[in-house]
Amino acid sequence: MRRLLRSPKIIAGLCLSGAFGILAILGPFLAPYDPNANASTTVGIAQPPSAAHLLGTTQTQQDVLSQLLVGGRSTILVSLVAGVVATVLAVLFGVAAGYLGGWADDGLSMLANIFLVLPALPLLIVIFGLLGRGANPNDLLIGFIIAVTGWAFGARQLRAQTLSMRARDFIDSARIIGERSWRIMAFEILPNLVPIVATSFLFTVIYGVGTYTALSFLGVINTAHWSWGTMLYWAQNAQAAQDVHIQWWWFVPPGLAVGLFGTGLALLNFGIDEYVNPRLRAAGITGRRARRAGLPRHTRLGLTPVLPSREPVLLSQETAR
Amino acid sequence: MRLITRKVALYVVTAIVAITINFFLPRLMPGNPALTVLGKAQSAESPQAIAALEEQYGVQTRTGIWGQYVQYWDHLLHGNLGTSLNAYPASVGSLIRAALPWTLALVGTATVISFVLGTLLGIAAAWRRGSWLDNLLPAMTFFQAAPYFFVAILAVALFATKLGWFPPSQGYDTATLNPGFNWAFISNVLDHAVLPALTIVLASVAGWIIGMRNMMITTMDEDYVLLAQAKGLPRQRVVAYAARNALLPNVSGFALAIGFIVSGALLTEIVFSYPGVGYLLLNSIGSDDYPVLQGIFLIITITVLLANLLADFVYAFLDPRTRQET
Repeated sequence: MRRLLRSPKIIAGLCLSGAFGILAILGPFLAPYDPNANASTTVGIAQPPSAAHLLGTTQTQQDVLSQLLVGGRSTILVSLVAGVVATVLAVLFGVAAGYLGGWADDGLSMLANIFLVLPALPLLIVIFGLLGRGANPNDLLIGFIIAVTGWAFGARQLRAQTLSMRARDFIDSARIIGERSWRIMAFEILPNLVPIVATSFLFTVIYGVGTYTALSFLGVINTAHWSWGTMLYWAQNAQAAQDVHIQWWWFVPPGLAVGLFGTGLALLNFGIDEYVNPRLRAAGITGRRARRAGLPRHTRLGLTPVLPSREPVLLSQETAR
Repeated sequence: MRLITRKVALYVVTAIVAITINFFLPRLMPGNPALTVLGKAQSAESPQAIAALEEQYGVQTRTGIWGQYVQYWDHLLHGNLGTSLNAYPASVGSLIRAALPWTLALVGTATVISFVLGTLLGIAAAWRRGSWLDNLLPAMTFFQAAPYFFVAILAVALFATKLGWFPPSQGYDTATLNPGFNWAFISNVLDHAVLPALTIVLASVAGWIIGMRNMMITTMDEDYVLLAQAKGLPRQRVVAYAARNALLPNVSGFALAIGFIVSGALLTEIVFSYPGVGYLLLNSIGSDDYPVLQGIFLIITITVLLANLLADFVYAFLDPRTRQET
């Protein structure tokens, strides 16, 4: 665990996604204006950033910063709900399919494979389109529906790992002493799958942010419900990027926020990958550091240097400086 | 061949599931959206349109749900996807048929470019560890995490609006040109396709680079690579040996990613007002045109399944183990 916390990727990822987590909680309280309020109804042009409006205004004189802060909560909440629900589904289906085998495995794997090849976004568009665009959206429900389309990838990975684990001695002995199947799955197998569960959770949160933003951008979710996607919807609607005076302050902040939140989560994911697979750890070290650690410039074949366990200490010293 | 048979079976089942979902969704939704649409249509549409809708959504018919389902299949197998509400009396099929070639050409080309480019860069990044390519990884992660359409908006703002290098919207100059097989039209189409295609490449290439790089790093540890090196083969040959084997998981990853890429590309089209399926999708959302919405879902699903099948064939061709009869 210590070693995990020393990886620069993990630190950067935690900082980024943690900052967005705080933003989701505090954002609506920090917003200087009501995101729907029109500061002036006479001016029909989006105003560039100024002291009164730090990120400028939209075409209808709404404060962009307030929209960003208020919209962050919905965006992050939906993606977290999607991540949690999808991960629970992935663990249930993946571990059960891998451990039980036989008919249960065939059925569950088939289900996962169907959801894997079924294009999720068009399906979600049809679902939300039919639910009605005018309906008042519920963030929990949106997250739940997105999760239903996003669990299959994690389930597949978990199943593969469970399969390889099922043949191990300690599982056999647990079975022989008469432990029940659910107990073996929950207490013998699952603890060994934690890194994969974690990466699959992060993966689905990234998927959730992207999908929710895309759906709001398309306008299938009520466009009066503030999220980073609806901000982009209104900016695109007003042709903010096509206008002669590019209104960058309108579309850059929400897009950047989505991208940075996703980057934070992806960095965490890479960090965990490197923790699990030491070969990637050595490969992730670049230029100056590699030379300092005494690694060759070019890969020596058949011998990816697995860094000695003291190596991360060296890295942390460097980040401390 | 067993792999292919199994995959085909999976795709057929998936298609049936998609069609069944498509049939039941409007009937299961709270407040029956079909009735809402009918209520809205009653004032504006012709009696024929309403009759067609009623049949499609099974409203006011005495046929049971099973009968409707069978009838729905019958219509589908005859290529009848229903009638558009918004562009009545145009059929859903004709609208999609007009939009699909644009999407296929744009997305297909961009995806292949992105895959080839990303794979090559991934090989280079794994081979020359610690080079500038590795330093680019965080930036690439951002492009991968940022939505496609955000990259598209940035591209429009920078390259079309600010610098004026490319046209900002549409598939060709609709004001001055008529579609035809002549150089003026084709060059105009290409000119309009460059920026959307670049956007799709930029937004999707990072995934291939990272995937290939990580696969290469693992593959380069294999004994046969060491042997090739020990035999004194030139460096390029050794890299080629490793790359060929690292490519396999990337090809199956390609099959899985197609759905994502197509979805992302549809959103890119919207930013560019490109006359493809994405733009049609946006318009049908805006006008609650459910038949078109559902038709697009089906067509995209089937296209993605076919692309998956193609990727599987490539995989079977590349990997002799899958062709073994067991």
